[in-house]
Amino acid sequence: MTIKNNRLTAQQYKEKFADIHPPFETSGAALLEANRCLFCFDAPCTKACPTSIDVPKFIKQISTGNMKGSALTILSSNIMGGSCARVCPVEKLCEGSCVLHNRQEPPIHIARLQRYSTDMALKSQWNLFKRKNSRGKKVAAVGAGPAGLSCAHWLARQGIDVTIYEKENEAGGLMTYGIAAYKVTPEFCREETDFITSIGGIEIKYNEELGRDLSLADLKKNYDAVFLGIGVGLTRQLEIPGENLEGVVDAIRFIYEIRKDGFSKTAVGDKVAVIGMGMTAIDAATQAKRLGAREVTMIYRRTEKEKPCTDEELEIAKLDGCNIIWLASPKEIHGENGKVRSLLCSKMELGEPDDSGRKFPFDTGETFVLEVDMVIKATGQVPYTDMLQSNRIKLSSGKIRIDANCTTNVGAVFAGGDCVNGGKEVVDAVEAGKEGAKSILKYLGITD
Amino acid sequence: MADISSNFLGIKSPNPFWLASGPPTDKKYNVLRAFEAGWGGVVWKTLGSQVKNVSSRYSAVDFNGHRVMGFNNIELISDRPLEINLREIREVVREFPDRAVIVSLMADNNKESWHDLIKQTEDTGAHGIELNFGCPHGMSERGMGSSVGQNPDIAKMIVEWVMETATIPVITKLTPNVHSVVPTAKASVEGGTNALSLINTIQSITGIDLDNFVPNPNVGGKSTYGGYCGPAVKPIALKMVASLSLNSYTNKVPISGIGGISTWRDAVEFMLLGSTTIQVCTAVMTHGFRIVEDMIEGLNNWMDEKEFQTTNDFIGKSVPYLTKWGYLDMNYHVVADINQEKCISCGLCYITCEDTSHQAINVEFGNPYNKYTIKEDDCVGCNLCMLVCPVNDCITMLEKRKGSEYLNWLEYQKRGLPLNDH
Repeated sequence: MTIKNNRLTAQQYKEKFADIHPPFETSGAALLEANRCLFCFDAPCTKACPTSIDVPKFIKQISTGNMKGSALTILSSNIMGGSCARVCPVEKLCEGSCVLHNRQEPPIHIARLQRYSTDMALKSQWNLFKRKNSRGKKVAAVGAGPAGLSCAHWLARQGIDVTIYEKENEAGGLMTYGIAAYKVTPEFCREETDFITSIGGIEIKYNEELGRDLSLADLKKNYDAVFLGIGVGLTRQLEIPGENLEGVVDAIRFIYEIRKDGFSKTAVGDKVAVIGMGMTAIDAATQAKRLGAREVTMIYRRTEKEKPCTDEELEIAKLDGCNIIWLASPKEIHGENGKVRSLLCSKMELGEPDDSGRKFPFDTGETFVLEVDMVIKATGQVPYTDMLQSNRIKLSSGKIRIDANCTTNVGAVFAGGDCVNGGKEVVDAVEAGKEGAKSILKYLGITD
Repeated sequence: MADISSNFLGIKSPNPFWLASGPPTDKKYNVLRAFEAGWGGVVWKTLGSQVKNVSSRYSAVDFNGHRVMGFNNIELISDRPLEINLREIREVVREFPDRAVIVSLMADNNKESWHDLIKQTEDTGAHGIELNFGCPHGMSERGMGSSVGQNPDIAKMIVEWVMETATIPVITKLTPNVHSVVPTAKASVEGGTNALSLINTIQSITGIDLDNFVPNPNVGGKSTYGGYCGPAVKPIALKMVASLSLNSYTNKVPISGIGGISTWRDAVEFMLLGSTTIQVCTAVMTHGFRIVEDMIEGLNNWMDEKEFQTTNDFIGKSVPYLTKWGYLDMNYHVVADINQEKCISCGLCYITCEDTSHQAINVEFGNPYNKYTIKEDDCVGCNLCMLVCPVNDCITMLEKRKGSEYLNWLEYQKRGLPLNDH
């Protein structure tokens, strides 16, 4: 058993990581789907969208051939409508609430239509937004992820000059670095970032990390307001023996490497255990399998009923041939010559609901051993607690505390996205960026 | 099995489904294919003086992704030499003796031309003649087609010329491009026509190319008014057929119904309003001849279900159910009812009633699904919500009479009953 890279041919990589939700192949197919939409009043799909995209309107606009109008309808509510069309768990949001379910029919393929519209907008480089004249106000956004980009675009539209500080050398945040490659490509993320910044008034400074290359105090001094959209960091420690063995990796780092270094350069074991059952765990497990791991086993301490990922995501893992073990928790990682050899797991049992409202898993005392050479940890990400606390930002359970105006306890410092909500969907971060921008405008006294 | 055969003025056909005069009946090749597919009869594309057609010729109206809800043409009468058409008609009549072969005619505007054309047509052995008084484009600019049909006096005169010499049944085909089809229909009956057929096409512009501004169909950068037909015109045609069936003068002759018929259901509706046979064109131009299979089977099954032995058992059956507005019962009242179990919460009933009708639907906002209920006292029973509801039988109209007796508008006025109930 070894951990190695370059397990497949270039053609195999291409096939394994092909677009999982391919776009409509023809405009006719998109039209056919658009015409299925009933154009509901007070549409449930719009209500289910965290950014409140007027779904019936943009679909109607596709059906009338008003493509610019449809793209504007989407992007004015959600500037990352292209990303969300690819990565949103639509089965629990817009598509999940489509009234056609009530007629025992498949829902409108809203995400696919949204992709049809936004792809055209990005490809054609339509100038859908006109920036107001500069008002001479400057805002710093920290983090060029969905929250930061969304906040920056909203502010730029209103004539604010925005500088985004990004610790990586690419924008997009987890869109670029933390999502399975078969859902979204780095090329698309770049294209989308270019589209967002094309409005003008947005400068992104790369390789600038808060706490390392710049301080909050300086930002506060040099800008009229600061927006923190810094997301969350690496995966939580398992805090079990053997965690430092070679072959124990962090899911975020693993996905990041795939995106950064490419498929053939990312090493994967023969037999891989993935701990956790969130979206990131699924993305790690499926990609380990697609990179050529012989066996991938997902381990979750609760049951299928409590899993954080959607049914659709779990289905992808199952179809990829990942094994699933419910009610199991890692207890110890055994090694040999400093390398992972096996994983000892406890069998769990569900008890009473805990704070999260989900039934709390108890160790039954029984154990079993999985022979593995790689363990990927995907048990939730840890916020940048130390950095934030040293800047006197108040936290609650590790998350930045904000008031109804998206303001932190530090004046002129606003926040939104994963660093506030602890890690939700891209669409939630986009909405948080928008809300943050609105609060900043209010704070700056801009009302028109 | 019901007997679906037709006898139209002695012209027999195994079913009442004829192909209307048009491109599908322009040649022997097509007509033989139609008969092989099962069509009961054809009206051969109009014969007359030699003409020349343009390119392009057709255009259409699509609706919400559905192709050809309406169809438009600027084609003239048959552009094939008369002798070839006549020879082919003769051959077709021989090859399919059980089918009806009627020939559409449009002679030049003089008696001799008509007499000559009728004689040549009768020599083929064809079973009937249809006079084309309806074509609304091209030929009408030359004083023929709808120019005749729009003028009852001229129509009558030509029918008289025809009847002087015709020995086989004559059907006069009417144009809908008039305020009422009745005057020309009456004039034609007075002139002696044996039967009427309707409708021909309706003058139209189906659309405009928004890039080059040229209306459809484009003929070298220009267009002209065309003749509209297809599913979109069916309601107009049904009304016109009904108006002849209700008229005590025109209802003495049989009718062949035409206009947007695509299915056995459409056909039955035309027959219920008084058509003995029906004619189809656009539907075969968009789907081919094989649609007749379902028309035959569908009609048969429906007749069996309703226990009709022959088509005569139901032809005209719906005519007595039409009356003038003034005779409608003002005590009859319906109110909408939403079946909550079937409702999918699309809100179309609500928004249409709220924006455009009587604000008679109540909404209780929910997440994500709203609940919609009828405000019975405000509902006028217009049917709109039921019509826009995308779920079958979800919204129904319940009868809640205002009074037990039949009370029409005339009586209502006479009694001085209150007009404004708002």
